[in-house]
Amino acid sequence: MLALLVALPIIAFIAILAGAPARQAALGAGLANLALGLWAAFTWEAEMWASSVEVLAKPSLHLAFGFSDGMSVIMVLLSVIVTVAALLSGRAPAGREILYYGSSLLISAGAIGAFAATDLFFFYAFHELALIPTFLMIGILGRGDRREVAWKITIYLGFGSVVLLAGLVWLANLAGTFDIPTMVAAVKNGSLVIDPAAQKGIAALLIVGFGVLVSLFPFHSWAAPAYASAPAPTSMLHAGVLKKFGLYGLLRIAIPMVPGGMNDWLTPLLVLLVGNILWVGLVTVSQKRLDLMLGNSSVMHMGYIFLAIAALAASYQGPALAGALVDGQAVTLSSVGRFTNDIAGPAAVLLMFAHGISIAMLFGLADKIERSTGTLELTDLGGLAKAAPSLAFLFGLVGFASIGLPGLANFAGEVMVFLSAFKNYDPAAGLGPVQIACICAIWGVVISAIYMLRAYRRIFQGESVRATESSLDLTPADRIPALLLAVTLLAVGLFPNLLLSLFK
Amino acid sequence: MPAYYLEALTVALGLLLLMVEAFGPSHSKKLVGFSAAAGLTFILILSFFAIGPDQAKEGSTWETWELSKFYSFDPLARFYKGFALVCTILVLLMSIDFRSVLSRFTDHPESESGTGEYYCLPVFACAGMMWMASAKDLAGAFVALELVTITFYILVAFLRRNVGSLEAGVKYLILGALSTGFLVYGIAWIYGTTGTMSLVGLEGAISNLPSTTPLLFGIALILIALGFKVGAVPMQVWIPDVYQGAPTPTTAFLSVGSKAAGFILLIRFLDPLLQPGSPVAPQVLLMLAIMAGATLIFGNLAAISQSNFKRLLAYSSIAHAGFLVLALASWKQESDSAIGSVGAVSFYLATYLLMTLASFFVLAQVRIQDGSEQIDAFNGLGKRNPVLAIGLTVVMAALAGVPLTAGFIGKFFVFSLAVEAGLWWGVTFAFIGAAAGFYYYFKIIRAMWWESPADNAKPLVLPQITRTCVVALTIAVLVLGIWPQPILWLLG
Repeated sequence: MLALLVALPIIAFIAILAGAPARQAALGAGLANLALGLWAAFTWEAEMWASSVEVLAKPSLHLAFGFSDGMSVIMVLLSVIVTVAALLSGRAPAGREILYYGSSLLISAGAIGAFAATDLFFFYAFHELALIPTFLMIGILGRGDRREVAWKITIYLGFGSVVLLAGLVWLANLAGTFDIPTMVAAVKNGSLVIDPAAQKGIAALLIVGFGVLVSLFPFHSWAAPAYASAPAPTSMLHAGVLKKFGLYGLLRIAIPMVPGGMNDWLTPLLVLLVGNILWVGLVTVSQKRLDLMLGNSSVMHMGYIFLAIAALAASYQGPALAGALVDGQAVTLSSVGRFTNDIAGPAAVLLMFAHGISIAMLFGLADKIERSTGTLELTDLGGLAKAAPSLAFLFGLVGFASIGLPGLANFAGEVMVFLSAFKNYDPAAGLGPVQIACICAIWGVVISAIYMLRAYRRIFQGESVRATESSLDLTPADRIPALLLAVTLLAVGLFPNLLLSLFK
Repeated sequence: MPAYYLEALTVALGLLLLMVEAFGPSHSKKLVGFSAAAGLTFILILSFFAIGPDQAKEGSTWETWELSKFYSFDPLARFYKGFALVCTILVLLMSIDFRSVLSRFTDHPESESGTGEYYCLPVFACAGMMWMASAKDLAGAFVALELVTITFYILVAFLRRNVGSLEAGVKYLILGALSTGFLVYGIAWIYGTTGTMSLVGLEGAISNLPSTTPLLFGIALILIALGFKVGAVPMQVWIPDVYQGAPTPTTAFLSVGSKAAGFILLIRFLDPLLQPGSPVAPQVLLMLAIMAGATLIFGNLAAISQSNFKRLLAYSSIAHAGFLVLALASWKQESDSAIGSVGAVSFYLATYLLMTLASFFVLAQVRIQDGSEQIDAFNGLGKRNPVLAIGLTVVMAALAGVPLTAGFIGKFFVFSLAVEAGLWWGVTFAFIGAAAGFYYYFKIIRAMWWESPADNAKPLVLPQITRTCVVALTIAVLVLGIWPQPILWLLG
């Protein structure tokens, strides 16, 4: 069944190539996927969702999909929701419908495939499948310096993917299998022991590889220009969904398989993520265009999720050696390592979901603002709330969500992240590196409030200017995608347990 | 049917076609090309029914025949014979669509009278490649190799009224002769040291040598000579100029057929030397690793700055040779659970055939219709012929090694083998190479989609054969990217 979720967008893509009406076919696939995704959220533990087909006998390679745990369900859910919103939000330039909707469908299929794959090979492969239409969309239909921007993102993400591939090949070679659940189980029960040096090397490759894909500081400079230049559905899908692949990968692959290695790199990771939050946060404050500001803010918010991942890695307790003394008693069996922080993982996933929904909505609304006023320069805008009250309301709502206002999904995620950083805090031992990083990171909330509220004031309040006088409010058709995302934000914000209950 | 019939039939087909060419109508030679392709297709079908000497009926002459000392027929031989046949068929089809350029630069620019041999010669080269796949004796291998090389001397310089083609022909001739010298000299050293030219007997003959130095000297010479065929450092210098100057179908043939033939010979030659217990295995592997590293770095880094698509493909051909040699340098026997070096190389070559021939099909049409092979000529191809541009996008992505295309799995095998063998330098170079590959292959994609077409550009209309072949090859690249098992079935 899960294979159907991946196949539907691809089938719709082929249908569009063969001449089916592009918008209708894409929306049909998107809505069908949304229905399937919601259904999956309730029944994901059932056998029927998993499927596996052997595509290569030696080494044994399976085109396998399945929900390994609640994290995959949440990510698939995020993908299908944002896909529908993205398809409904944008307007294809005349004559380019095939490219526009076809690429969006491929990005969606790639993202769902990567989140649903239980085979390391296809986990990686589906993400790459999604990148190529992203490059093409920016290069062909982008705004501004589209060629330079598209080339930059191609090189950055190509580099990240190659580094990541190195880490994954190394890992798969040690494990002797591509099946992710088998690998994780083997590490957990101690039948697969990766020596510390290899752990450290693999973890470094995975952090850099996944990190480039998630715009980890200092590999982040591709992100803001790319989102600013990309057509609306591409920025929505990439910033909202596809970029989460890197974080998902760290949680799915790096943390369970090379926990010791992740622990070794804790301090550098903390420094970089604080760079994400404070450095990029200040860069965001100084932006003069709404799209660049949103792009930078999305880079900045990745820092919080990295913080949760770091807290999780920090809580790892390695296997005790046989014969070692614990509380004066010799340990007879070498126990395997475990994580003592049980809220960091759910915190990261919740914030990934919340951020994905909110940034997609922000990019969707920014596209509306540009279409109705013709500009995104903050200095050229003002007083838009008079002409477009519902746009102002929805933008305000999601803006507050992005800052972290209670009652909206991001708040639940951010609070859990901060709590998870202090989960293992021992007052007697003083502040550890994770706690110090967390204290720095909390200032990011202030920075978020500064740039988001300032942007809101510049765009929507004050006197109307020429660009905003005659602009139109959201049409009912425009409201549907925004409302879909807004309702999701509210629902998860008020009842975070909707998602958290998926974690056992 | 005894397997050697396949080669005999191929040579007979070539001779027959030469007769048809000489005595048939002179204004149109298309028919010769079609007959050659049809004949080879028939032989390709026959190859599935061929049996080797070991399967011959008891008491048949085939079993006791002297030839079976020189000729083996295992699944690998069948695979590479099929490879040579498929490659030649596609090159012939490409040549048929390329005939307007051929006739312009041969004797009578207005007629096709000078182009007939262009369809006959690949058939002879194909026979040579097929024999190379079965060779189990250095002397036989040498003769087969020369049949291929000498045919290529003519094919490269076939546009005799075009200076570039003539220059390429001279370069290929001189360096080819040099490599032949290396090969013969190397064979002589090996024969002098071990007293045998048989690759089967070599394994036993090298086990008790008083000194391995003369043997290693001979091996080094042969590796250099075979490096010429496969396009590996230090014999790679001819590739860019010859590829650029030669007629496009010949370039395609050189870069796929000739390379694959070189690799099967290399595999046959290395197999006895790298068996467990061989006294020279570490040194041979070291030589291969050095070759692989240098080839990877040279091919990939030099490709970055190219502005001519054909030259770019030439450097890319060197780069791919680097990956293939790296797989051999991480030598591993086939096992039930994992693919070995030979399987990885064969798999890689099969996918390389699809990708490279598809790009040459497109290049040939751009050359015919726009008269240019520069990357600029591909500007705006996405507008001029979207289907062709999508096809070439897929193929370029596959050459770069993007997952879910056939190109990725081959590279993946190579990386796995190299990691397993602990060739860290090789892995590093291969990663640098793969990253550089992303850059230069995406340059083509960028030109096609992001740049606007030239002002006087017309829509590019593909002839029927080229369109069919490009579509079929592109689909094969995608299908094998998701479901690679069929190639392993063919490998037996």
